[in-house]
Amino acid sequence: MRNLDLAYLALGAVLFSIGAFGVLYRRNSLVMIMCIELMLNAVNLTFVSFGSMLDDTAGQVIVFFVLVVAAAEVVVGLGLVVSVTRRKPTASADDITVLRG
Amino acid sequence: METAIFLVCAAIVLGGASGVVVSRNPVHSALSLVATLFGIAVLFLNLGAQLLAAVQVIVYTGAIVVLILFVLMLLGVDTEEDISIQPLPGQGVVAGIVAALIGAGVLSVILIGGEKVVTGAQSSLEALAPEFGDIRQIGQQLFTNYVFALEVTAALLTIAVVGAVVLSRRVAGEQPMPEPEPLDDDGDGDLYTQSAVSSGSPSAEDAG
Repeated sequence: MRNLDLAYLALGAVLFSIGAFGVLYRRNSLVMIMCIELMLNAVNLTFVSFGSMLDDTAGQVIVFFVLVVAAAEVVVGLGLVVSVTRRKPTASADDITVLRG
Repeated sequence: METAIFLVCAAIVLGGASGVVVSRNPVHSALSLVATLFGIAVLFLNLGAQLLAAVQVIVYTGAIVVLILFVLMLLGVDTEEDISIQPLPGQGVVAGIVAALIGAGVLSVILIGGEKVVTGAQSSLEALAPEFGDIRQIGQQLFTNYVFALEVTAALLTIAVVGAVVLSRRVAGEQPMPEPEPLDDDGDGDLYTQSAVSSGSPSAEDAG
């Protein structure tokens, strides 16, 4: 256990909160998707550093599944953005009020 | 040496992440995201996850960011956005408070817990091999202990592809999204009219 391991975890925490702030703060749907990617990457970094600390392959294997889910999420999210933008040419999530959300 | 690499990459990662959030142009956000993902790939190398570093560069920066940039350019929504205008009053403050609480919570667990933060026994599986041995180990794990999860992710990818095709299919006789009716029966009616005044009107002019 080295001090640097804790620094990796701290970096993951800071990166996650930056991504969370972006999701809550920005209104462009595509930028929100990018901020979700930031949060997923923060968790990936944490998984890999835990795997390195415990000397275990499971941390890296789980990151693989996170990568697959992230790819699927981006594909469906961008499909939604394209389909909404075709009906109403805006990328701002605030303008999509027809769902009464 | 490892510490120096970590410090440089942490600076790149945090700078890129801040760039994603504060850039007014979404294209700049996407390019900052590339910097962040590359920094994380180098950190993966630093942690001994060589295969994941390669996959990170190929899948994230090679596929996902290119996909996002492609959609940005295709839709022509790469216009600058004035993020200082807040349609929802106090959104920035609340977002900052929530994000700071999340970060402070996790950071305090890490810093106070110290070494105790890593719980759980050492794995009964074999230890990580140095120098690219992890590729064989990860492959073995994926196809033995995690084979059910692997099959489920295959199904998930298929569903995602079908979903993307269905979502982006052009429906015949498609109507543009109607303008929202004024909400006067709800308690939060002024919230919607305020957002329509400050952010809805420029896009309505573009649509017309």
